[in-house]
Amino acid sequence: MAYSVNISQTDSDSESDFEDMGGSKPGQGTFRFIRESAASTQWCPESLQMDDFRGCTGANREELPFTASGHMRDETLDTGQRKSLQRHHWSAATLKVLSSMPSRTAGINAVIPKYARDSSQQPQTSSHDSSHHSKPIQADFVQEEMEEISAEEKQLVSNLRGLSVSEAMRKLRATPLSLADKMRVRRLAFRDVDESSFISRNIACYRRLGVYISRTWSHCLFSCLSVLTSLQLWHSPMKILSGRFGTGVLSYFLFLRTLLLFNLFLFTINGLFLVFPQAVNPPPHDPHSNNFTGLELLTGTGYLSQSVMFYGFYTNTTLTTCRAANSNATNTADLPICDPHQPHIVPYSIPAAYLFTIAIAFFIICIILVYSMSKSFGRSFQVLKSNRNLAGNIFCIWDFKISKNTSVRLQSEKISTQLKELMSELTSGEDAKSYTQRLCRLMVHVLAWVICLISIVLSAMAVHYLSEACITQSPFKDTELVLPAVVSAINLLLPGLFNLCTWVENYDSPSVCVYVSIFRNLMLKVSIIGVLCFRWLGRIAVEPVNHGLQCWENCVGQELYRLLLMDFVFTVLYTFLGEFLWRLFFKQVLKRNRKPVFDIARNVLELIYGQTLTWLGVLFAPLLPAVQILKLFVLFYMKKSSLLLNCQASRQPWRASQMTTLFVSLLFFPSYLGAAVSVTYTIWTIKPSTECGPFRNLTTMFHSGKLWVQQLESSNTLLFWLSQAYDFLVENPLFLFLVNGVFLIVIYVHSQVVDGQRRIVSRLQKQIENEGKDKKFLITNLQALYERSSLVSPNR
Amino acid sequence: MSMSFFIHLFSAHKRFTELLTKDEKDLPNNRVPMERILTLPELKSNPFRKRICNVFSTSEYKDGGLTFEDFLDLLSAFSDSATLEIKSHYAFRIFDFDDDGTLDCGDLEKLVNCLTGETDDTRLTPEEMRQLINNILEESDIDKDGTVNLSEFQHVISRSPDFVSSFKIVL
Repeated sequence: MAYSVNISQTDSDSESDFEDMGGSKPGQGTFRFIRESAASTQWCPESLQMDDFRGCTGANREELPFTASGHMRDETLDTGQRKSLQRHHWSAATLKVLSSMPSRTAGINAVIPKYARDSSQQPQTSSHDSSHHSKPIQADFVQEEMEEISAEEKQLVSNLRGLSVSEAMRKLRATPLSLADKMRVRRLAFRDVDESSFISRNIACYRRLGVYISRTWSHCLFSCLSVLTSLQLWHSPMKILSGRFGTGVLSYFLFLRTLLLFNLFLFTINGLFLVFPQAVNPPPHDPHSNNFTGLELLTGTGYLSQSVMFYGFYTNTTLTTCRAANSNATNTADLPICDPHQPHIVPYSIPAAYLFTIAIAFFIICIILVYSMSKSFGRSFQVLKSNRNLAGNIFCIWDFKISKNTSVRLQSEKISTQLKELMSELTSGEDAKSYTQRLCRLMVHVLAWVICLISIVLSAMAVHYLSEACITQSPFKDTELVLPAVVSAINLLLPGLFNLCTWVENYDSPSVCVYVSIFRNLMLKVSIIGVLCFRWLGRIAVEPVNHGLQCWENCVGQELYRLLLMDFVFTVLYTFLGEFLWRLFFKQVLKRNRKPVFDIARNVLELIYGQTLTWLGVLFAPLLPAVQILKLFVLFYMKKSSLLLNCQASRQPWRASQMTTLFVSLLFFPSYLGAAVSVTYTIWTIKPSTECGPFRNLTTMFHSGKLWVQQLESSNTLLFWLSQAYDFLVENPLFLFLVNGVFLIVIYVHSQVVDGQRRIVSRLQKQIENEGKDKKFLITNLQALYERSSLVSPNR
Repeated sequence: MSMSFFIHLFSAHKRFTELLTKDEKDLPNNRVPMERILTLPELKSNPFRKRICNVFSTSEYKDGGLTFEDFLDLLSAFSDSATLEIKSHYAFRIFDFDDDGTLDCGDLEKLVNCLTGETDDTRLTPEEMRQLINNILEESDIDKDGTVNLSEFQHVISRSPDFVSSFKIVL
């Protein structure tokens, strides 16, 4: 498009710019200079510059802009050139040109001055490759209205015409225009929708069907996603919390809600396929454990051990409502014979259902976790990673969700402190620490790490010896709650010790501090869970008879149940004691108004720990997710009230999205994978107990799946071929080797692509820099031309 | 159209009509003046509140008054479903205090002053401010013209994953 700019206009503003110029005339010398400098690149016009302009401008050397080939003076002129593009030197006409440059008016339709448009502009070909060709604009009235809107809108309209209606709407919604502009564009773009649908009748039938299917599929997917993401659970409490504490604390509650959804999913699947069928056909009840005391809710023994909650309730039968005509098994003797003309339910094998439900649930959770992990990792991965992203931090640092006045002030203080520290670090550089100071700091770090590691090892050994002592004392009636209480106490106290160590160590950067304390906490929890897993799978499961257990899976399930509940009890105690009493203590005794800070990392690790226990226990207690759901529900409201009453926002900056990525990764890597490995190990190798549960009298739990498949094979040839294929492919190492090889090749190709993109990006940056230099050169020459011509013209 | 869309639309309309006086409620397409918009609790303490109103306002007098359509534009730009492109576009316009299409030194200085607050002890000294602005321009000004234009701003924003979550207002 052509901009018409009137350089030769002189108005009152421009004259004020010339007051400092002294009023002498460079005259023809300038024009000759410009011609010659454009022609030759070798000639360095320094001397001519000085003589010409020092007299007239009176400005210092640095402000002189003209160098065609300034390679000798580039460095000194860079700052000068930057300054010379600042406002106060330019005339109104130059300012007008500058403000209507395309780079400064990108997308701001309301601000674009309506310059004369090229009326013979052809409609652009649409970006979407479809079978419609872009129609030339025929109708005159459409043409007229199009000329009233700006060029960007016109291009948008012609782009939208090439797309399908729903895609065009989605694209329009994603453009940054005001609502009135969007409505106008939509009216123009879809004015002749009827005519385009006429054209679509000429498309081949099979393509139309394909287009229709893809459209409905994408529409369904889109609406499903929007429903899922707009789950309104706890919307207003979270808004209150984010208004007061910001995005960091909000991420804890979002994580809590995500875990709740996971558990809800597990509970639904278990309930539908496991609990409900078995609950409808309960096994014969053991009469002597009928007395119900309140303590049994906490220990999981007695009445609860015979309930649908634990593994022992489930039988190894196949549920049918009728029996086959030729079967003479005694357990189905009282059922009516199956009538082929009457509908009856398919025989439902409880062992197979148990195995496959758990396996499929774990598999689906694995897929969801890997997907969300890769998505959040992809968001924070950048092709060109720079060391410091100060500009990005400044632009993104203000949290718009915070609405409370005191929190806003706190946020401003936090930002101010951060910036001042950053600036002082930049100006003074790294403090040259003396040798002794560095040695001292190293000693402190080593000491702190040694203390933490020793405490972790000691607590793991304590749990181990306590569990051995509990095992040797059989029956374990009185000491049932001791082990869970000790474990929860360790989980509560030791992270406080770790926080104290990091406070003493006084790390330079707050994010390193957070990572170190997360790592130590994680080590503690991993070692405790590892010791407990050894206890269950390595001791109790392997020699159940020695410990006087008839049903070891029940025992393990009960222990996990007790651990989960004790963890909850101790969390309640910590919230009450740690936060409420701490605040009272500070207020009454020390007379200071300092409230405790909500430790996000520690609380998130507690959530991950609870979820690990749930995943470990789902095999032995199918209703454990229900317990976790209730626990999370109560925890939400408790933490929310405690936060609002007792805590204040942290003064440390919290990088929410990086931390969320870290927490999702932690949820996947030690937590989920550890639970999945233990469950797989249990299913694959450990012998189930002989007297209870759906897998009694089998060598392993996995065996029941094989038996079921064999049963089905004999009645179904398709499954026979499937199982043959499975035996051939999956259990053949060559096939797995090939698949892994293909994956490795794909990963290598992707990493090469990323490398190439990195190189392209740096080359493009260089090119943009050069374009910027060109732009500066042209603008300053333009301005000088204008100044010369307006100086010359009054003299004529 | 999903259910949540209608829920949001309804709550937005409710909050907007709360700002109107009784006789204004009958007029079609009326414009609420900026002072009343700024009484909304979500905007009341925000240091960028005036800029937000000016950016989303379509009034000819440039007084920052918003119609219901402008209010919806505001909410949709700050909502969960707005894309990064939309958010960065509006963030750029909000930070462009003199409305000239780029962020120059004056804009950046006003931005930092808004971030650090009103009180004297939180404001940066002139030297710190100058150095901060130089560092910002060094990092984000790719064509070295002394200002940050929209493309450079969007490029910087794309490297910060925190932007989408912090540029959010929930009604």
